Amino acid sequence: MQANTLALFAGIGVLLALASLIGFVLKWRCRGADSPVIDNLNARINAWWVMVAMLGGAFWLGHGAVILLFFAVSFFALREFITLTPTRGSDYPALVAAFYFVLPAQYLLIAYDWYGLFSIFIPVYVFLLLPILASLGGDTTAFLERTAKVQWGTMIAVFCISHVPALLNLDIPEYAGRNLLLIAWLVLVVQLSDVLQYVCGKLLGKRRIAPRLSPSKTVEGFAGGIALATLTGAALYWITPFDVWQAALIALVVTLLGFFGGLVMSAIKRDRGVKDWGHMIEGHGGMLDRLDSVCFAAPVFFHLLRWGWA
Amino acid sequence: MNDPQIPPPGEDLPAASVPCSRPSRAQRLLAWPITGFARLLTGARSLWRGCAPEPKQRIYFANHSSHADFVLLWSSLPPALRARTRPVAGADYWQQGRLRPFLIHRVFHGVLVDRELHDRHSNPLQPLLDALAGGDSLILFPEGTRNPGEGLLPFKSGLYRLARACPQVELVPVWIANLNRVMPKGRVLPLPLLCTVTFGAPLTLGPGERKETFLARARETLLNLAMEAD
Repeated sequence: MQANTLALFAGIGVLLALASLIGFVLKWRCRGADSPVIDNLNARINAWWVMVAMLGGAFWLGHGAVILLFFAVSFFALREFITLTPTRGSDYPALVAAFYFVLPAQYLLIAYDWYGLFSIFIPVYVFLLLPILASLGGDTTAFLERTAKVQWGTMIAVFCISHVPALLNLDIPEYAGRNLLLIAWLVLVVQLSDVLQYVCGKLLGKRRIAPRLSPSKTVEGFAGGIALATLTGAALYWITPFDVWQAALIALVVTLLGFFGGLVMSAIKRDRGVKDWGHMIEGHGGMLDRLDSVCFAAPVFFHLLRWGWA
Repeated sequence: MNDPQIPPPGEDLPAASVPCSRPSRAQRLLAWPITGFARLLTGARSLWRGCAPEPKQRIYFANHSSHADFVLLWSSLPPALRARTRPVAGADYWQQGRLRPFLIHRVFHGVLVDRELHDRHSNPLQPLLDALAGGDSLILFPEGTRNPGEGLLPFKSGLYRLARACPQVELVPVWIANLNRVMPKGRVLPLPLLCTVTFGAPLTLGPGERKETFLARARETLLNLAMEAD
């Protein structure tokens, strides 16, 4: 691993240790009284340790491991999405294709660095394939709706998330061999924005920003979280191919996309009458609850880099 | 339904417990990859809403929409309970070929019932009563067959007759959600969707409660559990 990567992970480790300490003190001050908010905070911090360790481990093992990690992430996200969006018996062939063909194929395209097909495989070919498969069963009930659900699931959980490991394939002049840091920067800025929105919202939050979509999001949390995450992104310009101002601007773009991604995915959850996508990450909910913001930020970040720097 | 004459409570129990061969250690090892696969595939979440996973003698009665139902329910139990819990399965299906009898007897330690009543003089529930008399718990699908649609089919009378014969056994409703999407009827390749197995509060047969009333109540309880679990 590079010295920069090590320094970055050491920094994250210090931040998490600080968070764990704060969580411990808060819990200790309760003196045994029940506090769901603090318990949830500590569960979230512990889950962060695990997530950072897994990403760090994949970084240490190399590009193949990072692609495999995000393949697994896409799998868990897709399974949460399809579990929550009801389909009918005739969708079985389309779902088999989504899980056993589309998902591995998209990640193989990254592993083989076939950009041309990677970028249109799901939006064009899978878009046409899924309704064909769904039509074979002869069931017309809510046909468009069902097709849209499966397509949307593969777009969000496979196509969008796959843009994170695809960053490894970008050829950026004078940045060769450092592409892992692009992933680290993107994930750090977007996730930090989520965390800071949560923290600012809990400390200062008064006016709710989208009460019907996401009751816990506030104007204060939004402004504070986006501003602080943008500043952090700018301060970390030295691990990116950007200068300070470029880093700030791009951090602003990805955090805003992350925020709206969270809103969109919340709208789907509310419509289905659930609070979380799943239960696999203690304190956070499901994989998609943690990655909703990354889903929306990753493709735009990827293309900004490709057009402007690669 | 034409039930045979129902004896008064307690009289169905055989006098002495029937010896039955427990699966050996090697056979338990065989069950491990199957339960492991079921849990991995479905992310098996067990929600113990109405009771705890305690070593009490129970009849777990559940909705039936997939061949894999009992495997998932069985896998959702802690290993200690699993060892003493036997799925009730249709003899007509499980006695075919070589693999199915081996799996149901040797791996799952199931209890087979003769759904087609080949011998009209014997009590089709006798193997279940024997298993209960031996101290085992049972997994039972009171709909009697797989339900391809939503909700629940009417319950068969077996649950009532077991409740009457063994009043000390807890009747635990269990709702298995989403498994019909994982393994739709007639499909071979399972889909890796998330399933939940929700355990409700135990039921008891009221004194003098009629068969129809009890079966309707048990069915209603299971449907309510499904609404809660959703």
